[in-house]
Amino acid sequence: MALTGIQIYKLLPQTNCKECGFPTCLAFAMKLAAKQVELSACPYVSEEAKAQLEESAAPPIRLITLKSNGYEVKAGNEVVMFRHEKTFYNKPGLFVKLQSSALEEEVKSLAKRIHDYCVNYVGIELQVDGFAVEDDTHQPDKLKATLAAIRSVSNKPVMIFSDYPENLGPALEQLDNEVPLIGCATSDNWEKFADLAKRFKAALAVKADQIETLAELTEKIKGKGVEDLVLVPMGKNLGHELMLQTQLRRLALKANYRPVGYPTLAFCSSQAQMVQAIAKYAGFLVLDAFAEDLLYPLLVLRQNIYTDPQKPIQVQPGLYEINNPQPTDPVLVTTNFSITYFSVANEVESSGYPAHLLVTDAEGMSVLTAWAAGKFDAERIAKAVRAANLEEKITRKRLVLPGAVAVLSGEVEAELPGWEVRVGPREAVDIPKFYKQVLQVN
Amino acid sequence: MPVEIPKEKWPGSVLTVTLGALPSEGGTRKRVVTVGGETTLPFLHFEGEIPNPPVVAIEIKDRKPDDWSPLLLEAWKDVIDDPAQWAAAAEAAGADLIVLALSLTNRNGEPTTPEEAVANVKAVLGATGLPLIVLGPGQAEVDNTLLVAVSEATKGERLALGICEDKNYRTIVATAMANGHLVIARTPMDVNLAKQLNILISDMGLPLNCILMDPTTGALGYGIEYGYSVMERLRLAALQGDKMTQLPMIVTPGFEAWKAKESKVGEGVPKAWGDWLSRAINWETLTALTLIEAGADIVVLRHPESVKRVKAAIEELMAAKTLVS
Repeated sequence: MALTGIQIYKLLPQTNCKECGFPTCLAFAMKLAAKQVELSACPYVSEEAKAQLEESAAPPIRLITLKSNGYEVKAGNEVVMFRHEKTFYNKPGLFVKLQSSALEEEVKSLAKRIHDYCVNYVGIELQVDGFAVEDDTHQPDKLKATLAAIRSVSNKPVMIFSDYPENLGPALEQLDNEVPLIGCATSDNWEKFADLAKRFKAALAVKADQIETLAELTEKIKGKGVEDLVLVPMGKNLGHELMLQTQLRRLALKANYRPVGYPTLAFCSSQAQMVQAIAKYAGFLVLDAFAEDLLYPLLVLRQNIYTDPQKPIQVQPGLYEINNPQPTDPVLVTTNFSITYFSVANEVESSGYPAHLLVTDAEGMSVLTAWAAGKFDAERIAKAVRAANLEEKITRKRLVLPGAVAVLSGEVEAELPGWEVRVGPREAVDIPKFYKQVLQVN
Repeated sequence: MPVEIPKEKWPGSVLTVTLGALPSEGGTRKRVVTVGGETTLPFLHFEGEIPNPPVVAIEIKDRKPDDWSPLLLEAWKDVIDDPAQWAAAAEAAGADLIVLALSLTNRNGEPTTPEEAVANVKAVLGATGLPLIVLGPGQAEVDNTLLVAVSEATKGERLALGICEDKNYRTIVATAMANGHLVIARTPMDVNLAKQLNILISDMGLPLNCILMDPTTGALGYGIEYGYSVMERLRLAALQGDKMTQLPMIVTPGFEAWKAKESKVGEGVPKAWGDWLSRAINWETLTALTLIEAGADIVVLRHPESVKRVKAAIEELMAAKTLVS
């Protein structure tokens, strides 16, 4: 739990010696609380105070970063139970499971497909984060070969899971300067796994079906000097998984209970498990299988749940073509607030009528708000028209403004000579009617 | 190492609302459905009661819909021209409730008359023993005309009538009160607007346990994060004791997901979207599952396969009850 300025002040020498560069210890404490200076700037702070301050500065859920050549996947550092309280920070990494029993060629081709998978959602490219290799044959050489097959087509981060820690060595030796996740350590094998994690600088997954057991294990493993841990609470069913995840998050955030202050991982086979893991607190997901038609909605869900509710969600400004428009079809103008965009795009989409939807950069505000704030005016609209090269692209130059800014039509006409400026409906829901009654008529 | 699990003690709880009436209660339903009653957040059995599981409603229309995805038309192709058969098929597909959405026009393209609406509602009531929700076509005047006729013709059935919105709720609330029905109050993704409409409706004299609220959600990819957080905030407010937020929540992931391009369109879309039918069903299923995690008490779905998956998930979420004592 982060300390307040006053709490920090009590731990300082309170001599106002000014050697830290601040006029008083209190001023320095305030800066520390705001994380704007380092404690080392104070030459006289006691060892005891130092330990206490460092402890309090640690995040309640440790940040774990899996690394490979060119990629990083982070989990942890979360501070709230509900996204509306602030935001969820680190999107849970999505890893697809591959088994060592699979034929090498199959592994290669599937890993390649997973590696290449990329889907565009509102201008953002969404991808799978990496691979989880399972030692289902219990053969170290097969495990090593599977990992080699993956590495021949992809450099994305890996997780390696086996019931036998001694099987992992040969596979891990192939990884060069990476931080993989290995596991799962249990009450029976944690010592060997801890040694392995230490030797290969890997993060370690710790598995148990009870929170008490998880806490005991992490403390023991920490005692061995391994601190990059990931918790794998094994629920007996979906509801039990939700309870365990909720309890772990609460213990970390509300009780500041360090033994479970680590991100969690969920092994998912059903869609319900995947949805729940994304919405309710998992830091990593291991998916049983790979299918485009499921990855796409999952990646979108993750994106949605992890958007910052305090910032208006923006879509990329620019030209969006809906229903295959021709150069003679109308240009509809709106702003880049995502909900505004979605309302308009959805209505046009489902109407079946073609449109060039011009999304202007209104700093993520809705039409009326942006207009009132001066972020959606004739000048900006004209600029967007030119940026999208519409003068060239469109032969029948019809520009439809949102009804809420009808007042702009004169100015827009002045800015864009040669364009026929129309005032559309105030509400997106009336767009199909507007097409039918106005745009289709003349 | 004993660990003390932090538990919340909530002063408030969600109201229970019962849909449908048995013959002994003045209706004709073979079974009734009770939702609500939670004394904690969704499925946290270790600190409170979840007395009633969320339920799944299947949405049917009074005639073959004009604007539904061809995938849905295919799924219901044998029954889509007959609301009674459709309702029976929906019950067979696992629905706990039927939602009958009336159309603006009949199959000949003429405006739906109150007589037709009543006939269709009665046919559906005859074909299924499940409780029924009846929605107007979504235009205030038409809704009022059709719903009043339906409400009067089905007195005592404890239907849920919708949609009440801030601009049009009085007529629907009045007829529900007079005929022993419930209403659905819909507001656009906003905690305060939801509260306000519940206040307006209950001020007319309809008891709170006759109101379901629909906070509107958006589909996956189309604003679901707003709906999700509004639902979480409404549920937290309810548990904290704010009376006007203590109504069970009904949401429409079927409607939302099936108007998304991802579900509607099969051609000319990116290859990364994968198989159309699987994707469309996944879109609906994932939307619904997300909303259930946020506290939905009734999810209204359209595809039978989504119904199966969502029901299986609810069962597993409720099964955890036995793990805590």
